[in-house]
Amino acid sequence: MSQYVLRRLLIAIPSLLGISAVLFFVLALAPGDPFSELATNPNVPPEVQAALRARFGLDDPIYLRYLHWLSAMLHGDWGFSFVSRMNVDTLILQRLPTTLYVIGSAQILALLIAIPVGVYAATKPYSLFDQVANTLAFVGFSLPTFFTGILFILIFSVTLDWLPFVYSTDVKGTGVHWVLEMIRQAIMPVAVLGLFQAASMTRFVRSAMLDVIRLDYVTTARAKGLGQATVIVKHVMRNAMIPVVTLIALQMPAVFGGAIVTEQIFRIPGIGSLLITSILSNDTPVVMAVTFVFACLVVLFNLIADVLYGWLDPRISLR
Amino acid sequence: MLDKEMRSMIVDVKDGRMDRRAFIRRLAAIGLTAPMANQLLAIGGVAMAQSPSPYPPTKRGGGGPLKLLWWQGPTLLNPHFATGTKDQDGSRLFYEPLASWDVGGNLNPILAAEIPSLANGGLTADGKSVTWKIKPGVKWHDGKPLTADDFVFTWAYASDPATAAVSISAYSDMTVEKVDDLTIRILFKNPTPFWANAFVGAYGCVIPKHLFADYKGAKSREAPTNLAPVGTGPYKFVEFKPGDLVRGVLNPDYHMPNRPHFDTIDMKGGGDAVSAARAVIQTGEFDFAWNMQVEDDVLLRLEKGGKGKTTYATGGDIEFIAINFTDPNVEIDGERSSIKTKHPFFSDPKVRKAMSLLVDRDSVKKAIYGRAGRTTANYLNGPEKFVSKNTSWEFDIDKASKLLDEAGWKLGADGIREKDGKKMKLLYQTSTNGPRQKTQAIVKQACQKAGIDVELKSVVASVFFSSDVANPDTYPKFYADIEEFQIPMTQPDPALHMKRYISSQVASKENKWQGQNFPRYVNKDYDAAIEAAETEIDPVKRATLYIKCNDMLWQDTVFIPVMHRLVVDACANTLQPVISGWANRTDNIQDWYRTA
Repeated sequence: MSQYVLRRLLIAIPSLLGISAVLFFVLALAPGDPFSELATNPNVPPEVQAALRARFGLDDPIYLRYLHWLSAMLHGDWGFSFVSRMNVDTLILQRLPTTLYVIGSAQILALLIAIPVGVYAATKPYSLFDQVANTLAFVGFSLPTFFTGILFILIFSVTLDWLPFVYSTDVKGTGVHWVLEMIRQAIMPVAVLGLFQAASMTRFVRSAMLDVIRLDYVTTARAKGLGQATVIVKHVMRNAMIPVVTLIALQMPAVFGGAIVTEQIFRIPGIGSLLITSILSNDTPVVMAVTFVFACLVVLFNLIADVLYGWLDPRISLR
Repeated sequence: MLDKEMRSMIVDVKDGRMDRRAFIRRLAAIGLTAPMANQLLAIGGVAMAQSPSPYPPTKRGGGGPLKLLWWQGPTLLNPHFATGTKDQDGSRLFYEPLASWDVGGNLNPILAAEIPSLANGGLTADGKSVTWKIKPGVKWHDGKPLTADDFVFTWAYASDPATAAVSISAYSDMTVEKVDDLTIRILFKNPTPFWANAFVGAYGCVIPKHLFADYKGAKSREAPTNLAPVGTGPYKFVEFKPGDLVRGVLNPDYHMPNRPHFDTIDMKGGGDAVSAARAVIQTGEFDFAWNMQVEDDVLLRLEKGGKGKTTYATGGDIEFIAINFTDPNVEIDGERSSIKTKHPFFSDPKVRKAMSLLVDRDSVKKAIYGRAGRTTANYLNGPEKFVSKNTSWEFDIDKASKLLDEAGWKLGADGIREKDGKKMKLLYQTSTNGPRQKTQAIVKQACQKAGIDVELKSVVASVFFSSDVANPDTYPKFYADIEEFQIPMTQPDPALHMKRYISSQVASKENKWQGQNFPRYVNKDYDAAIEAAETEIDPVKRATLYIKCNDMLWQDTVFIPVMHRLVVDACANTLQPVISGWANRTDNIQDWYRTA
């Protein structure tokens, strides 16, 4: 087992190197530079822009820039944002708590909805409950978050005036008031994201359950005289959850990566909005850092999913 | 004529026979703006009015929180590194210049004890020096006193190329010396008619010597103060999250009485303009939102029974269509649109004139800009004293067709004009932006009626405005026949705005397309007029020269002005912001207050 993990980790190194090289070259080849805003400003002579480019090493050949970046990254130096003129790791760490809170809550909400609904729907396939759950699930994952987000804002903020739609990083107040305010402002984004995720996950849980529920050992368990609840929870669910756990593990990097669209709509200062503004302003070091960390997490959680898979299902041996 | 009359008026004001307001009104009538009129008076020996902005609050603080929404949040807080206005706006909450531009375009003293004039000895008749007196008793947020040394240091810091400050051009070609602890003198290399550039407005913010002294030049980016500003402003710095939030709290030692009105200030970033408008006008979550680049229809709808309104300020921002004088389809020495070529049809003035007759500015205003725009025939739209009254525009397809016929471009069998077997087809490029694509459609329609085939192209803004030498789609490369965008006027003076189009600035491969003359306009008279204006110290003659330049651009149809754009913001009904079209939104933040 440990040998397997070690081998997988070693294989991960060249793939991460490959990913970083592709990311870097694609970004370097992309048009535009971080100082383009200066171009139409008559107060700023072109020489200043040229000096800034030279200063941040943007005029060096691409491979040199990549090697610089790589060696810095190996030393734990994440680079320096051109736009904010501060360290990239500070920028990311500043935004990480908000992302974890909002996106994490949304994932939990999705699980809390998807598992019970999916399981119950699978126990009574084609019943009224199943039909309704299915229809809602289809509606749910057909509606994009930018649509539901704006719909929520119109209903709950503009018309009813119940919830704020601009997420504030530092809520005024302390103690209970602070907690309540933090929850209040997260309701809409969490609901939008969570329901969207829940919709597709419900379908997934339901079909995984249906696959297992028809197997002979389930009939045997029932024949033994076990109650419906015991059969479903102890015998069916445990096996049906194997693919679901893998799915969840693979979605964990997304919790870090944030949700670009939802963050933009509700002005949540998360990693997703950092990524999109950095892309728009050509702030390569930030884009590089975020995407690379994301790539690392994907590789890592893939490994975790594989390990979990073997642990949940001993028939699969990892060698 | 004009010159003489104005001179006698200035004498009248000086002797008290005419009041300042009447003078400004008279000048406005002949097309000069208030800021210019005031600079005229200053140079003519009349002290500039210390603009009395009404400010009713009678005590400091008590206004509660002020919540600002900038849909692009500030990403750094050093005014000399500000890459965009958002950064200048954020920095300006904490740092201050000697003077700001107020709503009327007057200089409004902030850190200056008084505005320099000939009368108080601040200005000299040769236009080669300015002496500023600093307000006594001003303290930095950390308690250290503000002195002339800070100003001298700011100049040295910003003008050092190794610092790579974006404000460098405001501080080059001059030296700043300390006269005494509270007086500085700026010595210009050449006579400088527009003396109110260094230490005024966004780039004029003074930074503390005691905190930046170790970080001048190459080490500038390491200064911890870059992210935690210590200024003299009405608000003290609390917290900064790039792109997301800037937070400040009332400065109890602020140097102006009863100011600021608000106890705390929050500047939130992110999102888009429409939802920012909604957060201010509809739900009232925020007090003020910046830069409402939203269609007027939408704003009007939001404003119905809302908690806020839109506000407008007039500056000099001009949205225009530029005409390429060179051929974008012929390559010479690896360069298209080379100055060695001539445009196949736009080299004929009649065709350019016809093109300008095909731009329906009224429809563009009605359908797109609404209250946020004014139609104009001029490239130079402010300050008033520089605005030409000699120009006019019209939309007339028949007239345009006639001109094209006269120029030898006859309608072909397919409805497209041709001459010597060449079809009149043109490529019209602009950046990707809703209003611009709509303008393109309006222009294209009129062109088709006149027999011109128009291909539309829109380029992502980050490419269009980039200086990427390798990219063919940038605006300076101008690989198209006409292109549309906006050039903002960042100060109430036309010098930089007009200097772009001199022959030596033609964008070319040789200067890596960094020359600012992108239409590749070459006119010796224009060059001469600009050169004369640069050193002309007599404000009246100077204004006349710039008006002449504007008229040349109009006569030669270098630009087809589409819209003189106003500055649009959203603001809560109770908030009284002070916004000048000639400065950053926060340039007079100390004077903002809320009515009950």
